[in-house]
Amino acid sequence: MTHQKLTMAQALNHALRDAMRADDTVLMFGEDVGALGGVFRITDGLTAEFGEDRCFDTPLAESGIVGMAVGLAMNGMRPVVEMQFDAFGYPAFEQVVSHVAKMRNRTRGKVTLPMVIRMPYAGGIGGVEHHCDSSESYYAHTPGLTVVAPATVADAYTLLRKAIEFPDPVIFMEPKKLYWAKEEVDLTTEQPGIGKAVVRREGRDATLIAYGPSVPIALEAADAAAAEGRQLQVVDLRSIVPFDDEKVCAAVRSTGRAVVVAEASGFASVSSEIVARVTERCFHSLAAPIRRVTGFDIPYPPPKLERHQLPGVDRILDAVDDLQWEDS
Amino acid sequence: MTTVEERLLPSAEPVQLIDEHGARHDNPQYGMPAADALVDGYAQLVVGRRINDQAGALVRQGRLAVYPSSHGQEACQVAATMVLREQDWLFPTYRDTVSIISRGVDPIETLTLLRGDWHSGYDPHERNVAPQSTPLATQLVHAVGVAHAARLKGEDTVVMALCGDGATSEGDFHEALNFAAVFKAPVVFFIQNNEYAISVPLARQTVAPSLAHKGIGYGVPGERADGNDLAGLLAVLGQAVDKARAGEGPQLVEAHTYRVQAHTNADDASRYRDDEEVTPWLERDPIKRLDAYLTEQGLLEEAHRAEATAAADKIAADLRDGLMQDVSPDPAELFQHLYAVQTPQLKEQAAFLQDEIAREEA
Repeated sequence: MTHQKLTMAQALNHALRDAMRADDTVLMFGEDVGALGGVFRITDGLTAEFGEDRCFDTPLAESGIVGMAVGLAMNGMRPVVEMQFDAFGYPAFEQVVSHVAKMRNRTRGKVTLPMVIRMPYAGGIGGVEHHCDSSESYYAHTPGLTVVAPATVADAYTLLRKAIEFPDPVIFMEPKKLYWAKEEVDLTTEQPGIGKAVVRREGRDATLIAYGPSVPIALEAADAAAAEGRQLQVVDLRSIVPFDDEKVCAAVRSTGRAVVVAEASGFASVSSEIVARVTERCFHSLAAPIRRVTGFDIPYPPPKLERHQLPGVDRILDAVDDLQWEDS
Repeated sequence: MTTVEERLLPSAEPVQLIDEHGARHDNPQYGMPAADALVDGYAQLVVGRRINDQAGALVRQGRLAVYPSSHGQEACQVAATMVLREQDWLFPTYRDTVSIISRGVDPIETLTLLRGDWHSGYDPHERNVAPQSTPLATQLVHAVGVAHAARLKGEDTVVMALCGDGATSEGDFHEALNFAAVFKAPVVFFIQNNEYAISVPLARQTVAPSLAHKGIGYGVPGERADGNDLAGLLAVLGQAVDKARAGEGPQLVEAHTYRVQAHTNADDASRYRDDEEVTPWLERDPIKRLDAYLTEQGLLEEAHRAEATAAADKIAADLRDGLMQDVSPDPAELFQHLYAVQTPQLKEQAAFLQDEIAREEA
């Protein structure tokens, strides 16, 4: 464990490398992950270190990639696959929903699938159509999947290591606009695991609930609010499934007000689920209805218009302003 | 030097070693299987036929929710497992119950899915038999993964991956053949072309000269056999398995057979085909011709027939006894198998259901 300044992309690369060193059955494959090292360089150098049998390119077919991973996992391997972009994961949707998610249940635990599907997701990088989708709700809605989204460099390492060690399939959503975010970190797995949310910033007035790419925005909004004398608490979910009801509800109860911040379209989404379940559990602690700041219910916009879709500091602060402060 | 076409394209006609009258046809490429294999295969066909017919009866008695029968396709069912070794894997579809049982899986456990007790009832690792796949062709890519894992581990495992003619239209069929070829995975893709995907005839699936011809597009050798001739199937599948095991990569085999019954008991075949189409296929029955051939050769005696019938009687009785027992699946199980560690949310929901059931019963 060394203290170093790393980008999220580098931390993910370290996580894969360390996992492959620790366990010979860990395999990494997908499109352009070999010699190129992935279009985002997450798999940089892995083929050179571990050879073609451990990190390799496949034919360009996502259903085949995920389906092959299912078979490898059935026969003793721990495959990690990369869907090159969020929307390129859709051809594999049947494999994910019908087999990855259901194999353990179908066989009453006789066949388990310890596999990870890594997926650069969400926008904010000026990507063209099909490169910026926030597809987490599809996976979170599917029983049997575990859905994780790191928001910090340290968590990228920790959560990917834990995802690879996890006994069941994990959908690992990598917020691609944070790939180049740098932090001084200790690469360690001695951090809260899958299923645990953390409070990124303490605050007594209201709670911002965020995950993945929305966490840094929520923290920025909290800084801005502090300048105006309002102390906002920020909760980073880290794990969408399992959802940390306990931590999230405790946070909301401590402030009595909450805003959910998420980049995905709001309708029938992770953000709507959060509002529903927190309201069900914390109604009597709430001073105001929980607000949401999400993407509009539109296809992800072209680069020149994407700023209108992304949750920003002003929208978050406006939502916080709407939390019925005059009544308290 | 063989040309690409000679290496990859199937025989001009489906390989047939015993015709529908029981007459022997020699083939320069495929020898007649050993007599004891054919006699053993005969018994398995008789047992397989009885499984199909008994299961059909059990549907009518309400003991099975549904049964997609392989009646008439038993030669394919039996040959697919006869050519495998213990370490090999079988990837069956919902119509391959007979194949699963002939691989040695407990019949009652095999029928768990179709009985409606659970989505699969046997331990796939016990006999290396994957759960039956209900979606079409999706299991074929899993087969490639299992085969590739075996290769990485240095094992000489071969994977027999079953599908039907309809499944060859699915994307995963294409992806599986392509992946297997690129990674030289030891998979034998075995298509049982029974001419129908529920109501849709083969002509609406493809205009390819045959399904075995599809292999050439992936660089996979294709071969075709008479799907009602156990001898031809054993020869062709046996050779395909040998090649895959020897490191020659995946092989594609198409069996020409026919679904003589409806898709399932819930289907009405009279809406899309005439009886006149079915009748000639009854003449091509796999058991009848093998019986005729073996009898003619003096290889099948009354004792063999009696033995096969006794085995069939026994499995039919076992099926009746096993399926007549009422099993009440435990609702608590609905929440138990999703994750190695149950989530707090599932714990809550399981408790809710338990409480609801307790109140219902009170």
